[in-house]
Amino acid sequence: MSLYAAVAVSGFRRHSTYRVATAAGIFTNTVFGLIMAYTYIALWDQRPHLGGYDQSMAITYVWIGQALFITVAVLGGGFQDELIERIRSGDVAIDLYRPADLQAWWLASDLGRAAFHLIGRGIVPMLFGALFFDLTMPGTPLTWVFFILSVAIGVVVSFALRYLVVLSAFWLMDGGGVTTISGLATMFFSGMLLPLNVFPGTLGEVARLLPWSALLQVPADIFLGVHTGSGLLKALAFQAGWAVVLLGTGRALQAVATRKVVVQGG
Amino acid sequence: MSDGLIELDGVEKVFDVRRRAGLLRRERRQVRAVDGISFTVPRGEMVGYIGPNGAGKSTTIKMLTGILTPSGGRLRVAGIDPSRERTRLARRIGVVFGQRTTLWWDLPLRDSYQLVRRMYRIPDDRYRVNLERCVELLDLRDLLEVPVRQLSLGQRMRGDIAAALLHDPEVLYLDEPTIGLDVVSKAKVREFLRSVNTEQGMTVLLTTHDLTDIEQLCSRVMVIDHGRLMYDGGLAELHAVGESERTLVVDFERELPPVELPGARCERVDGPRQWLVFPAGSSAAPLVAELAARHPVVDLSVREPVIEDVIARMYAESSAVV
Repeated sequence: MSLYAAVAVSGFRRHSTYRVATAAGIFTNTVFGLIMAYTYIALWDQRPHLGGYDQSMAITYVWIGQALFITVAVLGGGFQDELIERIRSGDVAIDLYRPADLQAWWLASDLGRAAFHLIGRGIVPMLFGALFFDLTMPGTPLTWVFFILSVAIGVVVSFALRYLVVLSAFWLMDGGGVTTISGLATMFFSGMLLPLNVFPGTLGEVARLLPWSALLQVPADIFLGVHTGSGLLKALAFQAGWAVVLLGTGRALQAVATRKVVVQGG
Repeated sequence: MSDGLIELDGVEKVFDVRRRAGLLRRERRQVRAVDGISFTVPRGEMVGYIGPNGAGKSTTIKMLTGILTPSGGRLRVAGIDPSRERTRLARRIGVVFGQRTTLWWDLPLRDSYQLVRRMYRIPDDRYRVNLERCVELLDLRDLLEVPVRQLSLGQRMRGDIAAALLHDPEVLYLDEPTIGLDVVSKAKVREFLRSVNTEQGMTVLLTTHDLTDIEQLCSRVMVIDHGRLMYDGGLAELHAVGESERTLVVDFERELPPVELPGARCERVDGPRQWLVFPAGSSAAPLVAELAARHPVVDLSVREPVIEDVIARMYAESSAVV
């Protein structure tokens, strides 16, 4: 097993030890799912086919959102707080002298975390939703495969965005403000509150082009069968494009950060 | 050039520090953390690198690992320019920070070591031999399955030292490896470091505030203050250079007038107890013999000079000369 695979496994295992937190999280996601599902039902009763979804698709969208909420780390967290703290305290010095790539290391660890969260926190709310609501499920196994692939790329995009937030700590020495702004932006532009395709005009068009839509909107649309054929490939390429651009930006910024900025203390 | 494993030639590190000066105005000020340091450490030597807080020790270590880029001068470790080839160098050096851990908080020691093995691509047989050796000498057998967060400071420190040695580094940097440890743990760590140095011929650079570390481990000591190398030589000569003094605390049976002895002066008297000061370079034995012959002595102890005092005195002197 390669180093980064081992790091991913340890990320998975680490999060799997917090059992009470997992149970509490499942409960929270389920309650929020219920509240949002009934809100969406009221909304789609008034405006059927809003954003091109029928009511069943809209409710399905809610439960996909709850299943992916923590997986794509909408509100940040995971490696983010840990690495910011390491930069602030100066412990990042240890990460830097190791013969391992800082970004690849934390990406691997975050992928491990996301894999655990998809399984540990995603399945139960989705089953709950499927049990009590009429959901639109993928028609073919292949759709499931593309959905999982899309979620995986979504996690990478989410990581790349959060990594940029973390790097700001090299200059600001405190990631609190940027983390909050980033969390709000992610909440809105990922489509977690409302699907991006219900936003009208320019706002909607821009929102759908921003990287955050790769976190939830794109995977959800693949799940719901909105994208098919070449549209599906285009959707995946859109996500992958953002992943590459953002990871690359993070890399460049990381090089500047480690060269220019004093490693704190000690 | 000589065949030094660590070579510094006029190395400098200047930081820009911004300071508030008024409501909105910020003043830029340059701090020379390391100000033209040159030294060479040959292969297999164990060197103490000491100085007060903020002297530039950690900055030097960070430059030697490649985390910080020198602002000037030339720096080589095993022939490698650290900041240019940090990753290549990392495979050949080991670093232990007393105040930080290189282990993973949530993982048992064994899992941390497995990550280290993969990171440094340590061959299986080397890994087994090295781990076994560390486990044996650092007494880690019962700790391997314990998550790092549950280890005591002394246990964690031993775990950290093992982690730094699994990949057979040529150079080991130790940044205050005994800080906060109890006497037993300190002794264990020192014993292990001595064996690593003498048996494996590993080159060791050790920073510490504990003079005993240096006395027991290093034949050579370098003193840095205000970013400059104040002294580079043997420990005994350091005391002579720093005019450092030891103190003999004597409890007599009864109150006595201040005793007068050749080679010592009485610094303080408090009832039957007296403090006699003598040069650190000379032995306490003749003094004690002389005292016991002349007066009824109940108890004695010798206080070693504090390294900070030695350095402070040295610094005061050198700035007087300059």
